[in-house]
Amino acid sequence: MKMLSQIWAVIVMNIRSLPQRLWMSLAAVLAVTVVVAVLLSFLAMANGFAKTLEGSGSDKVAIVTRGGSQSELNSVLSREAVNAVAVAPGIAKKADGTPFYSAELYVVVDAIKRSSGTEVNLPLRGIDQAGFDLRDNVSIVEGRMFTPGNNELIVGQKVLEQFTGFELGKEVNFGKSRWVVVGVFSTGGNAFESELWADARTVQDQFRRGNSYQTMRIRLEEPGNVQGIIDTVEADPTLNLDVKTEAEYFSEQGRALRGMVYFGWGISIVMALGALAGALNTMFTSVASRSREIATLRAIGFSNVSAFFGTLAESVVLSIIGGIVGAVLSFTFLDGMTASTLGASFTQVVFSFELSPELFINGIILSLIIGLVGGIFPAWRAARLPVVVAFRNAA
Amino acid sequence: MNDFYLVWKNLTRKPLRLFLTLFATFIAFMIYGTITAFQAAFDSGVELSADDRLVSVNKINFTQPLPISYVNRVRAVDGVEAVTQMNWFGGYYQDPRQQLIMMAVDAETFLDVYDQVVLSDAERDVWIKDRQGLIAGEAVAKQYGWKVGDRIPVNSNIFSQNDGRTSWDFVVDGIYKGKNAQDDTNSVYFHYKYFDETRSFGKDYVGWMGIRTENPELNEKVIKEIDDMFANTPFETETVPEKVFNKGFIEQIGNIRLILTSVVFAAFFIILVIVGNSMVLAIRERTGEIAVMKTLGFQSGRIFRMVLSESMLLALIGGGLGLGMSTLLVGGISQSMPQLPTLIMKQEIVIKALCFMVGMGLLTGIIPAMNALRLNIITAFSRQ
Repeated sequence: MKMLSQIWAVIVMNIRSLPQRLWMSLAAVLAVTVVVAVLLSFLAMANGFAKTLEGSGSDKVAIVTRGGSQSELNSVLSREAVNAVAVAPGIAKKADGTPFYSAELYVVVDAIKRSSGTEVNLPLRGIDQAGFDLRDNVSIVEGRMFTPGNNELIVGQKVLEQFTGFELGKEVNFGKSRWVVVGVFSTGGNAFESELWADARTVQDQFRRGNSYQTMRIRLEEPGNVQGIIDTVEADPTLNLDVKTEAEYFSEQGRALRGMVYFGWGISIVMALGALAGALNTMFTSVASRSREIATLRAIGFSNVSAFFGTLAESVVLSIIGGIVGAVLSFTFLDGMTASTLGASFTQVVFSFELSPELFINGIILSLIIGLVGGIFPAWRAARLPVVVAFRNAA
Repeated sequence: MNDFYLVWKNLTRKPLRLFLTLFATFIAFMIYGTITAFQAAFDSGVELSADDRLVSVNKINFTQPLPISYVNRVRAVDGVEAVTQMNWFGGYYQDPRQQLIMMAVDAETFLDVYDQVVLSDAERDVWIKDRQGLIAGEAVAKQYGWKVGDRIPVNSNIFSQNDGRTSWDFVVDGIYKGKNAQDDTNSVYFHYKYFDETRSFGKDYVGWMGIRTENPELNEKVIKEIDDMFANTPFETETVPEKVFNKGFIEQIGNIRLILTSVVFAAFFIILVIVGNSMVLAIRERTGEIAVMKTLGFQSGRIFRMVLSESMLLALIGGGLGLGMSTLLVGGISQSMPQLPTLIMKQEIVIKALCFMVGMGLLTGIIPAMNALRLNIITAFSRQ
């Protein structure tokens, strides 16, 4: 007990004397702040992107693409293929008893990105009422639904935020075809909100797609169970198709920014080494400036263990403060910030930076490690400081 | 005993502190060198684009096709020296997740327009005559271990053959080099004819056209003439200089420059704080000595310069080591990952880094140097 109270006393003393070493301490704190902020920025970016895409996929829906096509853009499905798949077991039925599926087109068109003023790729999805009903949380938030057969568009909410030229009521030209924006839709913030939607048959017509589609989305009788569809596809030698749940499809695409996680960790660890040098510097200086104090404590009977933990605690406290400040800064400035990048289908995916509690903990752990490593060597020195020498040096 | 000796002694009197501050500087400049080399590699696509080259794409979007008849009509436009067509193939070799940058082209006109694709005359002749031949860049050939003469199957995740197969057979007829060190050698090119005859849909359409003008000054006129020619047809074109096209393409990914610059800025900020602080501290510890030196007749200006030289020396040594390390890193990364754009430690990067080192030395040294300059002997002694 005595030992613990000694340690506690020294820790409190060290921390209360921090203002005397204000600038050195601030330097250590700032360095950790920056490292943690950099790490969390990258993690929040990759996390936000993955969450946006994961949020797009439902396991109640299967997605059918041409074998090996990897993304909707590359896929082609003939009307015959769509019809052949539609009779597979495991497909939910609509109220009228027909299979519940949506055959869709995916065409890339140009848009202007607000932040840079440059042309970027946006997806124009050809869809019909079934596609609308198939997705959860879809709603028209402004204007109205397009009328089948007309050159009318509805645009996702995020399209309006990030790109210009698709405001409600505006006329849009895709080559020679003219379209009017008649509505704005929301899908609860997922990747579909970065899309333009129009009537599938009209898109086939205007983009000379004949009677072909690109993907087929199927409402499943039983969530996650696509086996019936896979069996049907395998039994038919004319079909070469990939079948997976939409959740699976999007979670694969969400990994596109995984590289950012590795890059973020890599760069932060290298920077953390720099910050570590700062922490060590600060703590060695702290031990040197407190050497008389440490010697005095030792002379009146405090153990060297208390000197060790006192110094270590000082370092850890400084680092954790830095870590928390860094995390709070990145939360205030980055969380919810929207950006867009090219997704797997070669079109823009709008996403928001998302700093989740797990990422926050990652940042704190990194700062804790810097604090521990940066404190342990100076603490060792403080514990080993010979009393006589310390008095002589300090004098 | 000259001033430099004093500066050196001052710098090295606390080896541990010297090591730590040098290390922090080292890290920052290592990050700077490596990241800037990456950024330069990204920019090289824009910088190396030729002024006399244009790209003509479907006005709706560059993923939409154009009729093949356009190629000959563009060839007839005044001021056009050469024109070629390209189709994105969506190819992959063995691993469907590893896309090849693979295009179907018309071999002869392609080599006319894109002179940075350098083949030996023999390779060129073989390729032009070989229907199933392809040429691959050095980097991609190295990545997959392809050699001239290899027969390789390549799959497409967009196209399939008439008979339903998604795999095409090719012969590697040549491995091309770039004209410049940073020219892209990650691409694969094969014959449009082979592609068009075997694919099951999209016949007689091309992806986009590459155009070489007789003279960059004619660009504007040529652009206008081409786009006007196809205006009000079902396939309108949008023709832009290659530089503009490449830049737009990179910007689709996002503001990479902003991300990289922020990282470098953060790294510099850290060392500025750490090194600046320990310089202030180091000079404060020497208050007594400086007062003695002043008493002995050292001019204030001389002391000012000595302190500044110390911080400058620190920045140059630490920064120099960091830059050296990043040069090694950049070389290593380029060797081991040929699929990345070629990283080169360019002279401009080194010169900029040197400027930053000097700036860093000034910034971290100026406050302690001013303190030393202003130091009043009497107050200094009485403080002791």
